Amino acid sequence: MTMLPAQPSKKKLGLVIDLDTCVGCHACAVSCKEWNSGGHAAPLTDTNPYGKEPDGVWFNRIPTFEVSQPELGPTAGQTVHMPRSCLHCESPECVTVCPTGASYKRAEDGIVLVDEEKCIGCKLCSWACPYGAREYDTDAGVMKKCTLCVDRIYNENLDESERQPSCVTTCPAGARHFGDLGDADSAVSKLVDERDGFNLMDAIGYQPTNKYLPPRPKSGPGSSYRPLKIDQQETTDSRFLKWIDRLFSR
Amino acid sequence: MHPALSVIIFTTASGTGYGLLVLLILLNINGLLPTSSGLGLAGFGVGLTLVTAGLLASTFHLGHPERAWRALSQWRSSWLSREGVVAIATYPAVGLFAIAWVFTGNTSGSWSLVGIVAALLAGATVACTGMIYASLKTIPQWHNFLTPTNYLLLALTGGAVWLMVIANFFSVGGNLPALLSLILLPLAWALKQAYWAYIDKVPSQHTIGSATGLGALGDVNLLEPPHTEPNFVQKEMGFKIARRHAKKLRKTALFLAFILPLALTAGVLVTSGTLNTLLALLALLSVSAGLLTERWLFFAEATHVSMLYYGGAKAQ
Repeated sequence: MTMLPAQPSKKKLGLVIDLDTCVGCHACAVSCKEWNSGGHAAPLTDTNPYGKEPDGVWFNRIPTFEVSQPELGPTAGQTVHMPRSCLHCESPECVTVCPTGASYKRAEDGIVLVDEEKCIGCKLCSWACPYGAREYDTDAGVMKKCTLCVDRIYNENLDESERQPSCVTTCPAGARHFGDLGDADSAVSKLVDERDGFNLMDAIGYQPTNKYLPPRPKSGPGSSYRPLKIDQQETTDSRFLKWIDRLFSR
Repeated sequence: MHPALSVIIFTTASGTGYGLLVLLILLNINGLLPTSSGLGLAGFGVGLTLVTAGLLASTFHLGHPERAWRALSQWRSSWLSREGVVAIATYPAVGLFAIAWVFTGNTSGSWSLVGIVAALLAGATVACTGMIYASLKTIPQWHNFLTPTNYLLLALTGGAVWLMVIANFFSVGGNLPALLSLILLPLAWALKQAYWAYIDKVPSQHTIGSATGLGALGDVNLLEPPHTEPNFVQKEMGFKIARRHAKKLRKTALFLAFILPLALTAGVLVTSGTLNTLLALLALLSVSAGLLTERWLFFAEATHVSMLYYGGAKAQ
């Protein structure tokens, strides 16, 4: 049923992604692809993977943005890697536009899924998603999307530490966190509070569950970043080095 | 947005078909078209063929057309589902009225009620088509009231030109069908101009800064895309026509869909015999080609906010 749950789910499982620590290594995307090629939404079809124009379904895409502050100087600013996947929104119109009931939001934990047996492949849900999170599988003729690793997080065959989305367990920088954002006392909710986590494209009103933690400023006001300058390297208190300096300055 | 041929054919053919059915029924129950079996057979034959051909074409872009029946289930939330339900409900209503017209020659009394229901359902189907697009907050050009009104008026206009040709063939209705085209064509023209004027200055609510949430930190630009080859989202949502091509195509659409058919329709009013029929047929050809161009542009000029993550500066 593509009507949203009558009551918003109490439990809101989702991700918190730290843009300050993400190093843009794409390990989350690769790990996601690997797990999901055998998981709930398998296979994640690739077409022409080793050819000239490879294409295929991925649930994570990681663009890198440049944030410049020309008013602070030509080099002021920073690069920000932004891992993007389905945000499991609270009012996702990708679900409500679905004519068949294939797209649905789970009442118990808020995860947005596609029932591939019901999907007719009309692609309207991908048009309704502002985040470009849904990708059509041309081989299977159905829409695919991030499942929040629904086949891992409740999987009792896995060790408890492994019951997290694949992208989270893989991230070498610890930039991805998984938890219940509906519980104000959860570790992820506290992290969002402490770091002023934000929603992507908030104005469109889909109320994403996933949150992003802003990168700390690398220049300008509020920046704690103090790069060692060349002229700082030349000053030294060491008598020995000063003597060497005089010796070679003659 | 990628202009898919199947959807362009579907919306233009079905729209025109529904427009023709609405006009046939409403003119007839108001006594402005005779209940002759030839006119009924041709009118409903053409109308239902256009509608059915369009609906069938729409299934061609589906990954699983054999599951299309499932699309009738979610009418409570989905405009696409509503469109399917109303389109199917239109068939028996139009069918009953057509049978009464063609086989009994009597469309008065309670039959006219069936006719009104049929016309309302046919109109509602076109309105649902428009709402599929207008309901998408992700596409600023479509998310407004001009989208469904354009769909409705263009459907009626296409239908009016078809009606002119058919009525002309059976020599019924006098000048009325041509006059109807003469009124609807300029109205549809004005509304299309209003739509284009709107999308040329639609305020861009979303920017790369608001999409990424990084706007407060500075000027945001895409430094590196996530991958080297375009993915599904870019192929489907990233199609964008160059502004200079759009200008030319708008002129082409205006000329073929409105200006030329208007001149030809005026000619229909003042001529008779073979020339009259020829002019009506040319008007139909022109309006059909014009509507196809207009519909292609409807998609090609629409932009999707997700492209902001792929380097678009603003969604417009």
